Amino acid sequence: MKTKALLAMATGSILKNKMRTMLTMLGIVIGVGAVIVMVAVGNGAQKQIEVQIKNLGTNLIVVTPGSTAAGGASQGAQTFNRLTVADADKIKSDATLLSAVSPVIVTRTQIITGKGNWRTEINGVSTDYLTIRDWGVTSGSLFTDDDVRAKRKVAVLGATIVKNLFPDSDPVGSQIQLGHVPFTVIGVLDAKGQTSSGVDQDDIVLVPYTTAQDRLSGMVFLGQILASASSPQNMVAAQEEIRGIMRDSHGLLGGGADDFTVRDQTAIAQAATSTTSVMTGLLAAIASISLVVGGIGIMNIMLVSVTERTREIGIRMAVGARGSDVLTQFLVESVVMSLLGGVVGLALGFGGAAILGHVMGWSTATPLIAVFVAVGFSAAVGMFFGYYPARKAAALDPIQALRYE
Amino acid sequence: MSAPVIEIAGVKKVYRMGETDVFALRGVDLTVNAGELLAVMGSSGSGKSTLMNILGCLDVPTAGSYVLDGIRVDGMSRNELADLRNKKLGFVFQGFNLLPRTSAVENVELPLLYDRTGRWTNPRALAVEALERVGLGERLEHQPSELSGGQQQRVAIARALVTQPTLLLADEPTGNLDSKTSVEVMALFQALNEQGITVIIVTHEPDIAQYAHRVIDVRDGRIMKDHVVATPRRAADDVLTMDAEARVAEFGDAKEAA
Repeated sequence: MKTKALLAMATGSILKNKMRTMLTMLGIVIGVGAVIVMVAVGNGAQKQIEVQIKNLGTNLIVVTPGSTAAGGASQGAQTFNRLTVADADKIKSDATLLSAVSPVIVTRTQIITGKGNWRTEINGVSTDYLTIRDWGVTSGSLFTDDDVRAKRKVAVLGATIVKNLFPDSDPVGSQIQLGHVPFTVIGVLDAKGQTSSGVDQDDIVLVPYTTAQDRLSGMVFLGQILASASSPQNMVAAQEEIRGIMRDSHGLLGGGADDFTVRDQTAIAQAATSTTSVMTGLLAAIASISLVVGGIGIMNIMLVSVTERTREIGIRMAVGARGSDVLTQFLVESVVMSLLGGVVGLALGFGGAAILGHVMGWSTATPLIAVFVAVGFSAAVGMFFGYYPARKAAALDPIQALRYE
Repeated sequence: MSAPVIEIAGVKKVYRMGETDVFALRGVDLTVNAGELLAVMGSSGSGKSTLMNILGCLDVPTAGSYVLDGIRVDGMSRNELADLRNKKLGFVFQGFNLLPRTSAVENVELPLLYDRTGRWTNPRALAVEALERVGLGERLEHQPSELSGGQQQRVAIARALVTQPTLLLADEPTGNLDSKTSVEVMALFQALNEQGITVIIVTHEPDIAQYAHRVIDVRDGRIMKDHVVATPRRAADDVLTMDAEARVAEFGDAKEAA
């Protein structure tokens, strides 16, 4: 039988039961639509994260304390697993592939002004910090190396704090209290927005790390050391260099595991994107369950259809249809039905993703491959779930089929 | 005389129903020559339906041989039987068996779509021609539900004719029709037979059998009687008579009313 005649026959009999066909297709429509929306949202999130990681800073390298002390008491006593200002200084003086290094001390405290107060994160940093983070000031300036050496009580405020505590005046020059310690505001940072995880990067106060150690946290140890490689090509070598310096500084040259971690932003980026891609996969997997349910719906209707059309099958066989002709006919019907559902679902999915992106403000992106996978998958669903009913139809005995009431 | 269209010898058919064997045919010999108009008579349970299914290549005999138009049928596979039905046979059923919600011309076209020999170049034209042949050239796009019983049976006959079969098999073709339409359908069969088509009609009505040239009686799975009718009734003449009688009756009614 010719393909054209087969397709015409299949669409013909599908159209004879419009309502039923539409309801049957609905399962596939929803399944494909859901997969497309999920992939679009997940993919959009991934793209957004990539952009934000670029925002973190240029050629950023982060050194954090290691976790090798977790092994037990004896190990903990012998390992020196803290970052110190001395480490940061040694990196700065010894490294050749770095353009900037800054220790970071993190503490939280209350800011008090004449107009109100605000609890926020205080970062004690060096003058290199803004270079590393690729960050600028809108008014005033950052503190100087001299301020750091003299442990002066000067602060640079993030945009969120200015918005909350100095809604209609320039805070530069005014006095604030961090905890109980009075500070002078000398600058305001550019607004940087939120990170992908929703942390407000502008809710921050920068002070000299020396001042932070002395007057705010009382901690000797650093939360992390940030560094910037002199060029993107040097990223790997720079990290190796830092590692060497750190091992020397921590007395690990004789052997033993690192008691610190050196990471760059590609590692962070990879972690973040792999998290979202796992999420995307998970969402798509859940959505594809509805595709399977839709396929079962098709099988159900095809079984009903075979029973209903037993006499028709008998007639076709009597006039010379082979079992394979009948099989192909029913298979084509279920595939056409699920393919149609897939195409409608595709359109619906794109529409849904666009609406979601608009209403929720999420960025969405559907890769072209998802389109082919969705269409191919819906055809496969039709084939898989249509086969059993079609085979049942093909195996009918023409005499009994003709007599069927 | 040319080779016979049908030649069956010693045909037996046994169905297993649970533990017992049911003998539907107990040894049938039959030869049908080209151009015959044959009626197969028998009550229900006589085995005539089984014989019809075997003649129609819908079923194969348990024992015995069947040669259709020079082709050995017994022992054929399902697919071979399907192809043979498409090539050599035309079926007309009691219940018309048209595809519902499908136009007359599409119904007639159906057997041509299952052709595997590539004989037909223009199925649509052939279907139209077949419908014109049975007098339904004006009803091409009508669906079965829009046609009367007699018209539906004509569509079925057109469908049986369209492949130019060697043999036309009709199973109780007038069973669902009133007496006048039945005679009209028989007139059509007679006309087609006169054009050279071999026709076998299975029926239990003696009224219908009297239009055949040869009648065989099947009883208990055997052919009990096989006789040639010297001068069969002409259905076309009966149609004319019935028309005339109807007019007289109408006239009588009109007179009574007046």
